[in-house]
Amino acid sequence: MDTVPDDEPQRSTHKITRRAVVRSGGLLAGAVLTPSLMRAVSQEPLPAASAAAQTDPTRTPGAPSDSLGTRSPFETPRLTPVGVTSGSSWTPHHLLHGTVTPADLHFHRHHNGIPSIDPTTHTLTIHGLVERPLVFTMAELQRFPSVTRTHFIECSGNGGRAYNNPRPDMSPQVVDGLTSNTEWTGVTLATLLRTVGVKDSATWALAEGGDAAVMTRSVPVRKLLDDALIVYAQNGEALRPANGYPIRLLLPGWEGNMCVKWLRRLELMDAPAMSREETSKYTDPMPNGTSRQFSFVMDVKSLITSPTQPHHLPEPGWYPIRGIAWTGSGNIARVDVSPDGGRSWHAATLPPLVPRLAHTRFEYLWKWDGKPARLMSRAVDSTGAVQPTLDAFRKARGTAPGYHYNAIRTWDVAGDGSITFGG
Amino acid sequence: MRRLHALPLALPLALLLPLMLAGCAGERARDEVMFGLGRAPEPAELARIDIDVTPNGDGLPEGTGVPARGEIVYREQCASCHGANGEGIRPSPALVGRTPAAGHVFALDPGAPQTIGNYWPYATTVFDYVRRAMPLKNPGSLSNAQTYDVVAYLLAANGLIAPTDSVTRTSLPRVVMPARRFFVPEYRSVAR
Repeated sequence: MDTVPDDEPQRSTHKITRRAVVRSGGLLAGAVLTPSLMRAVSQEPLPAASAAAQTDPTRTPGAPSDSLGTRSPFETPRLTPVGVTSGSSWTPHHLLHGTVTPADLHFHRHHNGIPSIDPTTHTLTIHGLVERPLVFTMAELQRFPSVTRTHFIECSGNGGRAYNNPRPDMSPQVVDGLTSNTEWTGVTLATLLRTVGVKDSATWALAEGGDAAVMTRSVPVRKLLDDALIVYAQNGEALRPANGYPIRLLLPGWEGNMCVKWLRRLELMDAPAMSREETSKYTDPMPNGTSRQFSFVMDVKSLITSPTQPHHLPEPGWYPIRGIAWTGSGNIARVDVSPDGGRSWHAATLPPLVPRLAHTRFEYLWKWDGKPARLMSRAVDSTGAVQPTLDAFRKARGTAPGYHYNAIRTWDVAGDGSITFGG
Repeated sequence: MRRLHALPLALPLALLLPLMLAGCAGERARDEVMFGLGRAPEPAELARIDIDVTPNGDGLPEGTGVPARGEIVYREQCASCHGANGEGIRPSPALVGRTPAAGHVFALDPGAPQTIGNYWPYATTVFDYVRRAMPLKNPGSLSNAQTYDVVAYLLAANGLIAPTDSVTRTSLPRVVMPARRFFVPEYRSVAR
């Protein structure tokens, strides 16, 4: 494992009471629970939310406008854990809807803190095996033709904690919160590499960050020419510092560590540099006694986001089993959901246009009979790859595979409606 | 890639096409493709950021690393996080330790520490990483001489060179790393 601190997030363990339901405002008996409503019934409302709820909004003028939108005090999604300079913070998928991750809730992983970079002095240098080594300012990068594309980024260590040390109180945030999905804007590497003129001998490029880790990864030129971007915007505005401001490399479908943040340099080479992050880290020990290197592509995977821990089902009835599915190869072809621990599988609904290399929502309407249930989801991608069972994954990858965890997850629903992570 | 949907554009484009093709041969056409953006880097600024060291030794400076000197650097700069003998202090990883008796079976042994001695496939990576990123609280602060010395110390502590050996830009790429033969590229990364 990488040196990820062991901090676990604070999590509400308040039990549902009928009073809490009434106080939290507006849960109608029999209504289909959205994630936020499920959150509302699973924990006490915050003091600010309680105070707001006591005022009749039709009898008092509302608040004046402000220069920056803020969330309702009833909605409190948060990254967790926080305060680490060398570690990661995870996206609260159990509190989110749709597929686009709000920029301030995008997971981050940094190797020596989040740098503060002045975009007027930061530059990108492309050199090495090129005809014309060039230095670009951030303003110049934005003068190139731009593209806007939606892609996920998943840390290749995502899911490791839940695999190595599963605990019933883990939420989707703790289990698989190191993946996020964003509408990125930037310039294609194909454009930039045509500008500098890549020599025929160049097969790899070393991407280097301008943070305190000066982190480096080697990327095949083939990928750079195919669909790689240098992005300067996420969800319509400049990147957040934690996500690489002012620019990061984006390699759609490939492991997050390679999407080097705070990018300052690309050196075209005829071999990989064998940096620390592609040798002693981000390689996969295999049960046959080898270590798999350059395992760039993220595998097909799905994650139920509700109902899960810490949600609570108040009564038997209809509930949508919702989640996200993604793959680093093509797009999601189907997602099946099992409410009974894998005995029966049912096709989930996918959107009419399934995006490529992006989080895809799935939903399956499930009628809970009030008995214990085991919820699972299984994704299949357009290459035919099927998300493996936990047993199959363990057999193929061992007990300490390091990275690239994509086994099927299980959520246990108890007769009282409480839900725990089942591994 | 954007597609042109607007029909009125088709005619002017058709007229321009011969001009665009005609320009392809010359310098002016290259400016068109390149948008005239970017400037050539100054040699000094390139030298300042081009700090990577690769397995063939490219990027290594002149110098000689001596384990005995490196032990002093290690004690002053590294031991507070990585332990007096490189055993690691969470969350800082262990740096010293040879391959377990059972072999390269890290996938089946969650407790086996992955060290320079048993999991780093290239000695040049140690120089590259230490110089760019260590020590964590003062990254990039070690001189080339200090980096050479501490790399020599770490290699000797792992039994990869003798305590009396030294490392240079020619010898470091030749240090045999036990882990190297266990690394295999994943099939999708080598397929073309």
